Amino acid sequence: MNIRDPGSKQASAKTLPSKTLPDLIRPYGDTTGDGMVQVSFTLPIPHDKRAEGAALQLAAKMGLAPALLVHAKAMGSDFTFFIVYGSVSHRVDLREVVVIEREFAMLSAKDVNAAIKRRLHRKLVVVGACIGTDAHTVGIDAILNIKGFAGEKGLEYYAEIKVVNCGAQVLVPELVARARAEKADAVLVSQVVTQKDAHIHNTMTMSAAFREAYPAGKVPLLIVGGPRFEQGSAAALGVDRIFGKGTTPGEVASYLVHAIGVGEVAPSGP
Amino acid sequence: MSTKPKLELDPAVIRRARSLARKAGAPVVKLTKTHTTVSVERAVLRLAGLAGADHEGVPWVNHLVDAVRDEVGLEVGVTTPVFDALRRGEAPDLLTLAQKSAAGSISFRLPQGRDTSAAQSLALRSVKPGMARIDKNRTTRDRLIKRLGNPKQRPWIYLIVATGDIYEDIPQAQTAAREGADIIAVIRSTGQSLLDFVPEGATREGYAGTYATQENFALMRAALDEVSKELGRYIRLVNYASGLCMPEIATLAGLERLDMMLNDSMYGILFRDINPIRTFVDQRFSRQIHARAGIIINTGEDNYLTTADAVDAAHTVTVSQLMNEYFAKEAGLQDWQLGLGHAFEINPEIPDSFRMELAQALLARQLFPEAPLKWMPPTKHMTGDVFRGYLLDGFFNLVGAMTGQDILLVGMMTEAVVTPFLSDRDLALQNVRYVLNAAGGLAEDFHPPRDGFIQNRARQVLSEAVDLLEKIVNDQGQPGSVPLLQAISDGTFGLMKRPADAGKGLDGVVRCAPGYDNPASTLLEAGSGR
Repeated sequence: MNIRDPGSKQASAKTLPSKTLPDLIRPYGDTTGDGMVQVSFTLPIPHDKRAEGAALQLAAKMGLAPALLVHAKAMGSDFTFFIVYGSVSHRVDLREVVVIEREFAMLSAKDVNAAIKRRLHRKLVVVGACIGTDAHTVGIDAILNIKGFAGEKGLEYYAEIKVVNCGAQVLVPELVARARAEKADAVLVSQVVTQKDAHIHNTMTMSAAFREAYPAGKVPLLIVGGPRFEQGSAAALGVDRIFGKGTTPGEVASYLVHAIGVGEVAPSGP
Repeated sequence: MSTKPKLELDPAVIRRARSLARKAGAPVVKLTKTHTTVSVERAVLRLAGLAGADHEGVPWVNHLVDAVRDEVGLEVGVTTPVFDALRRGEAPDLLTLAQKSAAGSISFRLPQGRDTSAAQSLALRSVKPGMARIDKNRTTRDRLIKRLGNPKQRPWIYLIVATGDIYEDIPQAQTAAREGADIIAVIRSTGQSLLDFVPEGATREGYAGTYATQENFALMRAALDEVSKELGRYIRLVNYASGLCMPEIATLAGLERLDMMLNDSMYGILFRDINPIRTFVDQRFSRQIHARAGIIINTGEDNYLTTADAVDAAHTVTVSQLMNEYFAKEAGLQDWQLGLGHAFEINPEIPDSFRMELAQALLARQLFPEAPLKWMPPTKHMTGDVFRGYLLDGFFNLVGAMTGQDILLVGMMTEAVVTPFLSDRDLALQNVRYVLNAAGGLAEDFHPPRDGFIQNRARQVLSEAVDLLEKIVNDQGQPGSVPLLQAISDGTFGLMKRPADAGKGLDGVVRCAPGYDNPASTLLEAGSGR
């Protein structure tokens, strides 16, 4: 339990050693290595001694030892809410943490336009939609509409990108047909609603439909965006790229240039 | 509600604001009187008792309106050809007529002379029982409130449930009432506002909400009646009359004794890209129904603040409130039915954000002293830091208490994170209770000093609202154009440009011909307010 180095507190305060992080770390409450965390949860049982015991058992199974039940409160007659503090026995190995770095360089709007012009000799066509019952167009509008997001103009602003925004509640077959009619280079789909994993089902339906409708190797770039997609799940969903919360139009434009293979030119090369 | 005015606003400026709102709204009302929509016509058929849907879920009212429209058009209204067909013995009743018309085996005609007046008087007689049921529900509500009582405190506490499954919603709603909620809103499934029909029956599948259907309304109202009796407090039920089926959903709300309905005059246009004329026509009919049914409407001014900066766009809230007030009163709603909305959405990082929130809330309170104002919690600046969010909600509750708001939508610290946990709701209600208990009386002590920050801010917002209204009424396009529609199409509200000849639901708008008859409107216009 106790992994504090005896006497290390004073020593480190004085020497303030190197900035290199240790490989193994634990959560920090008020002392290095104390492992303290706080969790809250509800159990579907009335509040009594047994319920408190059940909460502590759960805490132990979560790796909290010792665990301190600091708050227990009945919520109606059938539920109890708990707050538990405790020292977590797990350690985090920083060497095993995998970070998905952005695989493309961020380009300015000017560079995006120049790259497309140089390589494609035509406009890059992007078709966007919210599919399924999802009517939340905020995401797709933030990326596509000229108004944009976070101070960046949307893709409509890019002279070399042609944007077709199909809006909300577009059926997958309609989207495929539109993408074919417009000869889309990329298809952007936004999925905000996540109830019953609607975003997953819709995305997989969409990617399957595109694979079916296009010959192999000719499928446009399939891109989904939404706040609740899991990073790294693009392959499982059958899409080329996932964008999460806070994505700006500039990132999407830079990615498009990278993925279409026109971005290899040095951004401001001669 | 309010006692002595806390802001020294120039009464002449307030009068000016109202008169500009009237000037902007009146030409729109005139336009709505010369148009009808497929949803208005379907609502009339629902009042005449036509319900249900075919095996594919297409409601019979849709079938019948579409059949009439295809054959003779809707220019004189749906009821004249429909009741003429019944008189001619094409079918024994409306349902059979609708079923046969769906199969294409009814030929409709536009009756002439005495046949017209006979069809119209049959239509009027047929719509009366529906209207009587709405009237009876209103009486029942009044009686239940008298017997069980209103909430003891102001503001009333408004909670949202939304599982997608009405049978899950019911126990959640009852639990919420037992925990202190006075008003239960069943949020609708995403996208229902863009459906051009009302789904049928009890539904168990919805996305981020539960479909608004007549059966779901009835089930939830019955469940809340049960818990109202248990608690000795009348629990109100809310749903949404917005989107493409406003008139029908308003009608169903009246038929099933819902108590409040979300119903904004311009929300559908600006935020859902629904055709402006469709929206205004549908809105007027739905509000006439709400007026008759004794339903309190809730307007959606919070939306202006979530799509624009809450400081810069503060005056758009005031303008929208004034427009909503004008359109509501024109449709027969009374002050006590105007749940005008506003929200706590100023960026908490900026200095004096709380003082500006107070100023805005007081401004609304003072401009609409008799209206049951609806105060809505922060959403835009909820970051996922639930602890900070909890504090923000506490400050939101404090503004509600200090400025005498009437309906308080309970904020969740997990806004923008997850569908609220049971515990989130419990914690949120504790937050509300603590603030109301500790500071509910502060409204009495709190008088912002003359010409201080709060008074000045309120005056500034009001004057910006007047400027915007001036701009709207002076927005002349081609001769004969309606300035408010012109302003909407120019993007005067936010950046959204919504031309009057575009948008969803446009093909459901019909210009009325001479001889247009709508028996429901006849009854509604005659007995405005009852």
